[in-house]
Amino acid sequence: MSDPFLIGEAMTGGYGGADILHDCTISVERGEIAVIVGPNGAGKSTAMKAVFGMLQLRKGSVRLDGTDIGDLSPQARVRAGMGFVPQTGNIFPGMTVEENLEMGAFIREDDHSDTRDQVFELFPILRDKRHQAAGELSGGQRQQVAVGRALMTRPKVLMLDEPTAGVSPIVMDELFDRIIEVARTGIPILMVEQNARQALEIADKGFVMVQGRNRYTDTGRALLADPEVRKSFLGG
Amino acid sequence: MDPVSALVTVTNFLLIPAFAYGSQLALGALGITLIYSILRFSHFAHGDVMAFGTMVVIFTTWGFQSIGITGGGILPTALLAIPVGIVVMIGYLLVADRLVYRFFRKVKAKPLTFVMASLGVMFITNGLTRLFIGTSERRFEDGERFVFSVRDFREWTGLAEGLALRSAQFITIITAVLVMVALFWFLTRTKSGKSMRAYSDNEDLALLSGINPERVVTMAWVIVASLVVIAGTLYGLDKGFRPINYFQLLLPMFAAAIVGGLGSPIGAVVGGYVVAFSEMGITFAWRRFFSHLLPDDMAPAGMVQLLPVDYKFAVTFAILVLVLVFRPTGIFRGKSI
Amino acid sequence: MTVNWRNVGLFGAMALVLVLVAALQSWQLALTILNMSLISAIMALGVNMQWGYAGLFNVGIMGFTAVGGLAVVLIGVPPVTEAWAVGGLGAILGVLLGIATIFGAMIVYQRMAPGRLRGAAIVAVVVVGWIVARYFFAPATQAIQAVNPASEGFLGGLGLPVILAWPVGALFAAAAAWMVGKVSLGLRSDYLAIATLGISEIIIAVLKHERWLARGVNNVTGIPRPVTRPVDLQPQPWVQELAARLGWTVSETAAILSALGYTALFAIVLGALIWLAEKALNSPWGRMMRAIRDNETAARAMGKNVTKRHLNIFILGSAVCGLAGAMMVSLDGQLTPVSYEPLRFTFLIWVMVIVGGSGNNWGSVLGAMAIWFLWVQAEPAGRAFMDFVTSWMHEDSGLRAHLLVQSAHTRLIIMGTALLLMLRFAPRGLIPER
Repeated sequence: MSDPFLIGEAMTGGYGGADILHDCTISVERGEIAVIVGPNGAGKSTAMKAVFGMLQLRKGSVRLDGTDIGDLSPQARVRAGMGFVPQTGNIFPGMTVEENLEMGAFIREDDHSDTRDQVFELFPILRDKRHQAAGELSGGQRQQVAVGRALMTRPKVLMLDEPTAGVSPIVMDELFDRIIEVARTGIPILMVEQNARQALEIADKGFVMVQGRNRYTDTGRALLADPEVRKSFLGG
Repeated sequence: MDPVSALVTVTNFLLIPAFAYGSQLALGALGITLIYSILRFSHFAHGDVMAFGTMVVIFTTWGFQSIGITGGGILPTALLAIPVGIVVMIGYLLVADRLVYRFFRKVKAKPLTFVMASLGVMFITNGLTRLFIGTSERRFEDGERFVFSVRDFREWTGLAEGLALRSAQFITIITAVLVMVALFWFLTRTKSGKSMRAYSDNEDLALLSGINPERVVTMAWVIVASLVVIAGTLYGLDKGFRPINYFQLLLPMFAAAIVGGLGSPIGAVVGGYVVAFSEMGITFAWRRFFSHLLPDDMAPAGMVQLLPVDYKFAVTFAILVLVLVFRPTGIFRGKSI
Repeated sequence: MTVNWRNVGLFGAMALVLVLVAALQSWQLALTILNMSLISAIMALGVNMQWGYAGLFNVGIMGFTAVGGLAVVLIGVPPVTEAWAVGGLGAILGVLLGIATIFGAMIVYQRMAPGRLRGAAIVAVVVVGWIVARYFFAPATQAIQAVNPASEGFLGGLGLPVILAWPVGALFAAAAAWMVGKVSLGLRSDYLAIATLGISEIIIAVLKHERWLARGVNNVTGIPRPVTRPVDLQPQPWVQELAARLGWTVSETAAILSALGYTALFAIVLGALIWLAEKALNSPWGRMMRAIRDNETAARAMGKNVTKRHLNIFILGSAVCGLAGAMMVSLDGQLTPVSYEPLRFTFLIWVMVIVGGSGNNWGSVLGAMAIWFLWVQAEPAGRAFMDFVTSWMHEDSGLRAHLLVQSAHTRLIIMGTALLLMLRFAPRGLIPER
């Protein structure tokens, strides 16, 4: 079996104190959506941050497209082709939508107006509000700005940390639609989600985490069908 | 009843001086607000750094004059010396950053530790300025003193009331406007300027986007050095140079930055003019203005001055208090309260 | 309680240095330094309460000490009856009306509904109040200042025992602090700094320009002293006897005795303050203050009224500064508003607190003594240094002359460097917080 496109394998570590992750493996294949779900405090976001290099791992490795990137800083991982959307503070509130996208492309030396146009096609509302300060937009629109910003580097993989946190159910459905559209453009997506059922519905692969360990790993469909998972994590 | 004369006297004694003073404050407050939004601390050495930069300009002016380089008898030689002052100040502030502030950045010290460190820099800078140039007043304005004098104005208009525009005031206003336009162009139109705003807006996300914080900090100091040298030189040309006066500018400059909204460049500019016009308007003797407007028998007997000039700080302070009580984020909603 | 030998050693070293000054320079100088050290220590103690206990950044120490000094004039100096007769009532009435105007405006603001009408009403109250106050105030102060302007021209004080002025000075400073604290506490920490900077400049401006109050820049001299003056000691037989026994001149002996009197008074006050401060620091109240300083959010979540606690300690610390300011004026016997410089009276105190060890009362005391000593001795040292550095220059060199004249300012550079080195390498100070 060949390596997945992005994999954090057997990761163990934490923020300096006690370990939060224990032998945890997260991965995403080309052209797929992978989601990490689980109860509060299960280490979902931590696992994603570990893949992105935001915490020191004691054991395990992170590989992107076959190369070990375990020693790279988060900034270097962005250059290596990873796009990351943090859960909070993921936009520049005082800058316009267009400037937000421009800052997303900061490391690119070439002309990035075509990428910007692609983002506007994915998120048409952003084109209308391009000259408005991002901080003045609604929650769902801000998330679109945040995802758009991360897309500006033309990442080879996109990581989203709870993109639907704090938005209404209607906006959440719309955001999921957008995320599927992004995935259709060929970018693999790894995301952490609190809304497990909806997330697993669009996921090719799901990771159910409990207390920093993998509990179940399967396709989204299979996990939704699994009575054990349904009972413990999806509310029946 | 003579509204034209009333307007002329107010323009001459209040509007022009306040506009010049406001421009100087605005440039100073821009520096403060910039340091606040990039380095995230209140820079207490600002007044003294300004004095030091102006001192360098004065020395350079004297050097230029002694080898025969002048502003041609029209412009002050000091304008030619400003670039030298800026270069020296960039060096000074960057050395201060490397030796002092960078360490505290690295250990992520509390903002007040930075403020304390800036007190140390203030002491040293103040000592150096006094050591090199002394504490007495220095005038270094040369060239044409007036754009037009009271006599010129009277000849043109035939009015009894006089109006003069001093070169220092005129140069101050023109230079300040040019500098502000250039700064706003830089911040909103260039990639480097936008990266500074991004860093100020959301430091973590700026890092994620590949913006190099040390580069942003260096750019900030370079801009601050330019601003303090220009503001200090303009203030010195206008009112003469004394180190203690520069220290005392700290309060109105901070007030301007806070009134406008700490961290907001446009706020700093507006705040500068708000503080200057209030300070001068409230300590202005309005007698002549009213004696032109009112019939002779109603002309005021006193000075019609709300407060003596000695209390201009009280005006600044009062504005500051009003802002802190009613709108702590300032007119333009600066960063957090 | 265990004895901390390191701290005893530090204070011992300080005492040794002062003894050396006495032996090598003179006893008088050593006592002068010691007396100002004790006053500085009290100021540092006040600042340490604000900074060390609560993390409040006060940049207006100068103003609080100056307003304390004003109390000495208002309490200790005998009243100028003639001035009271010509304008005492008018001046007081004017001030009271001014205060009433401010309160009036505040009442209007609170009572009326927001809107244009309220704005207009406030402006009207301020303008009318101001004109009325001015109507009484201006002629009265003019008249007061015309009374024997060469030596008086002010209202004078109450003529009470001067020692009473010390607590009153503390009260004055407390009142000023209440005003500033009420406005700026609860906002970002920098705002308090700017506000205190402002109030201190205003206090100095008032002292300089309100000549009817304390003669402004003309200074009030010859203020009654709490300790017998050397001149009055000299004729005393026991002083002359003591001088003969020690082999000193009578004037020297008298000066030293008088200075020792101040030392004793100051030491008592300092001792009492430290005792109280230590008691407070180790009480539940002190623990709460430190808890608030270390984690404001958590303290707030636990239902502590952080802003109110901050206001308490800010007032308390400022009052201590005011007390020190009053003590200083009664030591000098004169109030000289122009001598209040922010570098000397605000920022130097900060160097003392940081070098000594913020959060530790004994640290503040040691820091005050060490830095004051450095400040006094750095001036001649700076001159000697500059003399050495420029010794290769020609005798008549203009640059050399200039540098020698300005060499006193090297001590500012020394202070700044000391502050930066401490912040960088020993941020907890000479005697760290326990």
